[in-house]
Amino acid sequence: MQTHPYTWNYIPLLIQILVAVGMACSMTTFSWFIGRHRNTKAKLEAYECGIPAEGDARGRFSVRFYMVAMLFILFDVEAVFMIPWAVIYRQLPHITGSPLFGFWEMLVYLGFVVVGVFYVWKKGILDWATDKADI
Amino acid sequence: MHLVLFFIFGALCVAGALNLLLQRHPINSALSLIVVMTSLAVLYLLLGAEFLAAAQVIVYSGAIMVLFTFVIMLLNAGSEERTHGSKMAYLFGFPGVAALLGLLAFVFLSRSSSFGQAQLGEYLVTTADLSKVLFRDLLLPFEVTSVLILIAILGAVALARKEH
Amino acid sequence: METGFWLFLLISIIKILVVVVILLTAVAYTVLLERKVVGRIQNRWGPSRVGPFGLLQPLADGAKLFLKEDLIPESVYRPLYILAPIIALSCALMSIAVVPFGAPVMWHGVNLFQITDVNIGLLVILGITSVGVYGIALSGWSSNNKYSLLGALRASAQVISYELALGLAVVGVVMRTGSLSLKDIVSVQATHGLLSWNFFGGFQFVAFFIYLIAAYAETNRAPFDLPEAESELTAGYHTEYSSMKFAMFFMAEYANMITVSCVATLLFFGGWSSPFGNLIPAVGGVVVQALLPVFWFVLKVFFFLFLYIWVRGTLPRFRYDQLMGLGWKFLVPVAIANIVVTSFWMALRAR
Repeated sequence: MQTHPYTWNYIPLLIQILVAVGMACSMTTFSWFIGRHRNTKAKLEAYECGIPAEGDARGRFSVRFYMVAMLFILFDVEAVFMIPWAVIYRQLPHITGSPLFGFWEMLVYLGFVVVGVFYVWKKGILDWATDKADI
Repeated sequence: MHLVLFFIFGALCVAGALNLLLQRHPINSALSLIVVMTSLAVLYLLLGAEFLAAAQVIVYSGAIMVLFTFVIMLLNAGSEERTHGSKMAYLFGFPGVAALLGLLAFVFLSRSSSFGQAQLGEYLVTTADLSKVLFRDLLLPFEVTSVLILIAILGAVALARKEH
Repeated sequence: METGFWLFLLISIIKILVVVVILLTAVAYTVLLERKVVGRIQNRWGPSRVGPFGLLQPLADGAKLFLKEDLIPESVYRPLYILAPIIALSCALMSIAVVPFGAPVMWHGVNLFQITDVNIGLLVILGITSVGVYGIALSGWSSNNKYSLLGALRASAQVISYELALGLAVVGVVMRTGSLSLKDIVSVQATHGLLSWNFFGGFQFVAFFIYLIAAYAETNRAPFDLPEAESELTAGYHTEYSSMKFAMFFMAEYANMITVSCVATLLFFGGWSSPFGNLIPAVGGVVVQALLPVFWFVLKVFFFLFLYIWVRGTLPRFRYDQLMGLGWKFLVPVAIANIVVTSFWMALRAR
């Protein structure tokens, strides 16, 4: 049996994070000092397959990337809400006193979200190849 | 030991927040905000809120800040320009902030006995405890969240629409 | 503090060091395995010169990459250019901390075959994956190179899209287990061998295939390796990286592959549990009893790694619009449907 307090379980996680970051940092540092450095002008240019780089790389990009990130936040919040529900799903009939109550409460919740997916789909936000989308 | 961790991550949180304000380049500010969010998650963990800590990392550090980074990447936002700020800001802003801080500190310190105590690392709120409350007592707010998400989806689509 | 704490700390540190060393070795040999297997699929030998069967090839590669010139181009934004591979690699090495490798063996109150078992183990892995996106996004942005930036944008959009499907796919498993601790998730499946694995029980094979597809996209592997589609983007987000910094992205990719294979094993294929359950009586001494589960675990993870390589050698690359379409229009709705069907079925059975 586990004899130590539960909160101790987070200590190895913290150490693992420190070890991982430490290893990554030391790899970068060591290789910087081990490798030789002979810089020429051509070497230090941006690599664009031998053709001289034109202009700044950071331009403006399609708004679809923004839409993906925005929709990701919203659906991620939804997914995060589903996890505590899933953890307790087996006990929900016992807690709420009705066998299908837990099922219905999530169905209502998911119903609204599915409407959202459907709306986004119909608006063409999810079609990357067409220009007909309303964005 | 919990107290030591609390001070380390509390300090990290404040330092990240200050760095966010002081950095000139938006991407550095965004990264400082990630540090703030992640240290907040550790503070939640110290208070025993496991699920909340994980949700904080997944939603704030992993989703919302990705959007910020994306927008900075997409817009090619350059360094901000420093202005001296208006005189009004100096005249009213700083004393206002100081007064508010003083007032809040006064209220918290004088009424601290009626707030109840949070023990660092003393108890644990498991995910199951949380969901017992969420899916029985707080069911209506939970269902309303889905409406909120739907409205947010409509808003996001409306923001990105073409101009007709 | 009392001696119990220091002993706990010491055992934990030793476990972590052993696991990290094994993980890095596994990364090196997965690379070799991939080169060998893809070589055979394409009817050539793969590396065969360095050592017997090319077994020392990873060492030679590692030494070479370490000694190479570390070039930092002039146009990059230095702090983030250096930070990006560190984020990528460290996030890839973290999540192994919550993976149970074998049946719990207690020694002075510490489980020897898992670094740590936290109640939210699965969420820890999801959280670390979601933070790992920054390594890719920042590397592309800070490189100030058109290929890098395009590759990074594609990669991050792809990773976050499929992270959603991945998050929804695990909900079914959590529903069946009622816990987020990976130790519990495995021990529920360890009762009747093959038949109690989540893959075979309660519609979870759907969740498994969603998870598998999403995992391939999460790790930017073929057939979803668009971020580094060499025919259009040179090398994608790590175009401007050289020497060890490039190697760190490379290692991060393979370490992520291993983590994802471990999680697939734990969630759907019973982790360390034997496929025969109690049918075969326990044989051997204490040591064999402790190591046999580790053998099953490693075998299953190896199978998933092999599958990764096999898929890479077989399938052509997707187009970007197909990729996003698959993620949003197929995987997310199917994952939601899987949750609804699973919960309904469970509610009916509980009656």
